[in-house]
Amino acid sequence: MLSEKEIHEIEHEIGLYPVKSAACIEALKIVQEHRGWVSDESVKDIAAILEMTPEDVDGVATFYNMIFRKPVGRNIIFVCNSVTCYMMGYESIYQYMSKKLGITWGQTTSDGRFTLLPNPCLGDCDHAPAMMINKDHYNRIKPEMIDSILEKYQ
Amino acid sequence: MTTKPLTQNIKPDGTVCSLEEYLKNGGYEGARKAVKEMEGAAVIQAIKDSNLLGRGGAGFNTGLKWSFVRQDDPNEQRYIIANGDEMEPGTFKDRLLLEGDPHQLIEGMIIAARAINATKGFIFVRWAYKKAHKLIQEALDDAYKAGLLGKNIMGSSFSFDLYLHTSVGRYICGEETALINSLEGKRANPRSKPPFPQVSGLFGKPTIVNNIETYCNLPHIIKYGSIWFKELSKSGEGGTKLYGVSGRVKNPGLWELPLGTTVRELLEVHAGGMLDGYKFRGLLPGGASTDFLVEEHLDTPMDFSSVAKVGSRMGTGTMIVMDDKTCPVAFVHNLIRFFSNESCGWCTPCRDGLPWVEKILTKIEAGEGEEKDIDILKFHTKYLAPGNTFCALAPGAMEPLQSALKYFGEDFERHVKEKRCFYK
Ligand SMILES: Cc1cc2nc3c(=O)[nH]c(=O)nc-3n(C[C@H](O)[C@H](O)[C@H](O)COP(=O)(O)O)c2cc1C
Ligand code: SF4
Ligand code: FES
Repeated sequence: MLSEKEIHEIEHEIGLYPVKSAACIEALKIVQEHRGWVSDESVKDIAAILEMTPEDVDGVATFYNMIFRKPVGRNIIFVCNSVTCYMMGYESIYQYMSKKLGITWGQTTSDGRFTLLPNPCLGDCDHAPAMMINKDHYNRIKPEMIDSILEKYQ
Repeated sequence: MTTKPLTQNIKPDGTVCSLEEYLKNGGYEGARKAVKEMEGAAVIQAIKDSNLLGRGGAGFNTGLKWSFVRQDDPNEQRYIIANGDEMEPGTFKDRLLLEGDPHQLIEGMIIAARAINATKGFIFVRWAYKKAHKLIQEALDDAYKAGLLGKNIMGSSFSFDLYLHTSVGRYICGEETALINSLEGKRANPRSKPPFPQVSGLFGKPTIVNNIETYCNLPHIIKYGSIWFKELSKSGEGGTKLYGVSGRVKNPGLWELPLGTTVRELLEVHAGGMLDGYKFRGLLPGGASTDFLVEEHLDTPMDFSSVAKVGSRMGTGTMIVMDDKTCPVAFVHNLIRFFSNESCGWCTPCRDGLPWVEKILTKIEAGEGEEKDIDILKFHTKYLAPGNTFCALAPGAMEPLQSALKYFGEDFERHVKEKRCFYK
């Protein structure tokens, strides 16, 4: 069941478009903002509001990288794995982090604190290698900087 | 008059140019002129005359593109969209404009809206640019409060509403018809063209999509004129360009310079040359989907026509430099993995071809490549060429591959012969 607040926010979005289904991405974003991810049940609930089939909503949800159809950790680490960061050494950043947290790409730590994801170019190429944690960008990272960065995210 | 119109308000400390500061520096004068003193057709003509070529990568004449907008019904809804998807690896130029001077973009969009009589617009910004989301939204709110957006802007008869849309990721959202599908809440598959968006775009209405940097040029053209704009450039193409360099150079960064500045000047003067201990091997002039340039091309002016003459594309104008300690096979492999992951799956050559290329490159890099694998790579560069796929993603992916095979073919062959990567 979606909360009243979620429904209210989705209805506001619906009002901005000529057709209900146009609010699909916004509706997915709203649910994810409140719950961290989008469950099968939420897909069905969104479909009902937008007068779409759950399959159509899921088709949209699974298309986009930043809609999570599985639970994720409290904090998400996005490591840039594109070409400039490759040359500037993202692999050593990944290896350090993977070892420290005991997880590989796509996994979440058992305490639910971190999920580790690869991400294409973050637009920080002149300060590579780069990563993002939640909404924060980090540039010119070296493995020895990582411990203190991760400390900030509990 | 400035010689660096795009970045004149951008502060070195990274803080945003506020509305107050923007107005103090003569901001919104171009928009005022466009909405109060000019007909839409005159705006289109001025932009055509300036020879502003789209900064999103393809370099299409902006005024010409607008002239195709269907305007037979004056009451029909028309839309304009700013493309701030910027997910092409190696590209980080629009970010500076979004974070440093959002009012310049808003003013540019008012001018474009005026040109085609659009009353609604969207700024589409990629997911990762969180700071830009906040700053653009604040700038929009300020512009509304000051009567620069909304009903009867600046007391004129022209009304224009502008909204921010933040993306949820996927490189293909940058392709203009895929972007339109995404704004409609759908999967971001490109649409078949024709009809072009100028005829049938967002919700079936006439629409133009332009790059962020393209819009940011407009206020200055309207304010100072087409001739001034053309003279900013060192080539026949109008204006300045935000050029970027990344890779193992001394001073990676972003600079606004006259269009037609040479590759060598960018690499050796602005980027300071290669880091000590590294030698130059090649570079992609404008993002991941452009062909390699090598030593012999360094004196090429960076503009659309000159770079095309030497077999590549200026693309986004943000160069990725490859040094002599980076394996070209691994470099291309990294790019192909990106394109393969980001394929939207709509057409078979791209959906199946890119993963195949990726697999072959993995094999070669791991020292398991065979002679015939290089032929398979060459086969794909032909079969994923323009015309065989729905959109330019797959052909774009082939550009670094085909040029790597041409200039660094020996590296590929040595991997196969020696059954190892000799860079490791
Ligand atoms: C796969 C793909 C991704 C693209 N990404 C972008 C992008 O992020 N930003 C952009 O302005 N243009 C991008 N383009 C080009 C757009 O389709 C379109 O040509 C451009 O926004 C037009 O603006 P302009 O005429 O001002 O250059 C992309 C094209 C393709 C095929
Ligand atoms: S070329 Fe690739 S990205 Fe473009 S439409 Fe075809 S499958 Fe989609
Ligand atoms: S390649 Fe990593 S930020 Fe651009």
